[in-house]
Amino acid sequence: MADLVQVTDDNFDAEIVKSDLPVMVDFWAEWCGPCRMVAPVVEELANEYEGKIKVAKMDVDKNRQTPAKFGIRNIPTLILFKGGEVAHTIIGAQPKSSIEAELKKLL
Amino acid sequence: MYDLIIIGGGPAGLTAGLYSARARLNVLMLEKLAPGGQVMNTDWVENYPGFPDGISGFELVDRMKNQAEKFGLKIQSDEVAGLELSGDQKIVTTHKEKFETKSLIIATGATWKKLGIEGEESLAGKGISYCATCDGPFYKDQEVAVIGGGDTAVEEALFLTRFVTKVHHIHRRDSLRAIKLLQERAFAEEKISFIWDTIPLKILGKNGVEGVELKNVKTGEISRKAVQGVFIFVGNIPNTELVNGLLELNDNGFIVTDNNMETSIPGVFAAGDNRAKLFRQISTAVGEGAAASYTAERYLEGLDQ
Repeated sequence: MADLVQVTDDNFDAEIVKSDLPVMVDFWAEWCGPCRMVAPVVEELANEYEGKIKVAKMDVDKNRQTPAKFGIRNIPTLILFKGGEVAHTIIGAQPKSSIEAELKKLL
Repeated sequence: MYDLIIIGGGPAGLTAGLYSARARLNVLMLEKLAPGGQVMNTDWVENYPGFPDGISGFELVDRMKNQAEKFGLKIQSDEVAGLELSGDQKIVTTHKEKFETKSLIIATGATWKKLGIEGEESLAGKGISYCATCDGPFYKDQEVAVIGGGDTAVEEALFLTRFVTKVHHIHRRDSLRAIKLLQERAFAEEKISFIWDTIPLKILGKNGVEGVELKNVKTGEISRKAVQGVFIFVGNIPNTELVNGLLELNDNGFIVTDNNMETSIPGVFAAGDNRAKLFRQISTAVGEGAAASYTAERYLEGLDQ
């Protein structure tokens, strides 16, 4: 199983914005129930798209700048990046098929 | 071929799973996310018997899941895409595979209802929330509106007072439907002020929520209230798209069953918040899950004879 990259305010630029691969970042927090519910789906997609799409997680409780920069006010929020730009934002715990449909557009 | 497939892993499904695993049925649970359901949005559960000091929603679900798995329940993370219920063999198609089963328990729960007013879609993700326990911390030292008058609305308003400076609690009637104990707490909370007999007409803002436009339903007066967030708790809609057209549903889309959780199709049972009934609680979901498992077991015995 691919280990999900845990990104921080410090390495967000290097890991996400400058990533060669398209990226999906799961903004989550320990306190958030729906974040826990969508986590296995995110992990599954990370495995299935390994080498094609990078999947990372950011704990919004430990990192305040990046979530604020993207105006995040709901979690879970999944932001899909391509070429360092936001390609799509998914708010809330959505089923795998909806997330995957968006991921496919990145390829 | 399974004896029983349970769709949905909230308290109703997990209890049905516990009982059917102990009955030694060949049973599979399909859950599209991780198990838990709406309880996962609940900070602290105070009305589930056996926990006099309350228990967190996370822990309660975790315990239910562990208990069911201990007795052999298999839980698979998979999203059901289609059902064929007509024959003795029911077919459950997911995005990954196809299962055959002799019986089914539909425990797909319910989802929060939207208000359906201007601004709700366009400002999604920018100050609108349906989960205070998820999003409350983003509103530290801000003013928010809470819409709704039931238990959830009042509980969430109370939860939000940990972060916000003020909750403007907007309700369309002149009294709350929430249980008295929650009302007492809300009325005693300085940070919560009630706006009665009032409905929201629009959520205002460009790049984020800036306020709500309100209408007093008795006087007709229109007003505006500046807030940075709007938390909406105006009831639930059932997650029954999968069985729409297959099972008898009531006018609001909830599954109609008899007292033993039997739906309009033999061998198909329903339990929990997706069922047509008056009261939706963890405790009622659990009872229905147990009952549905028992009725399914009787049904399977009938098939063998």
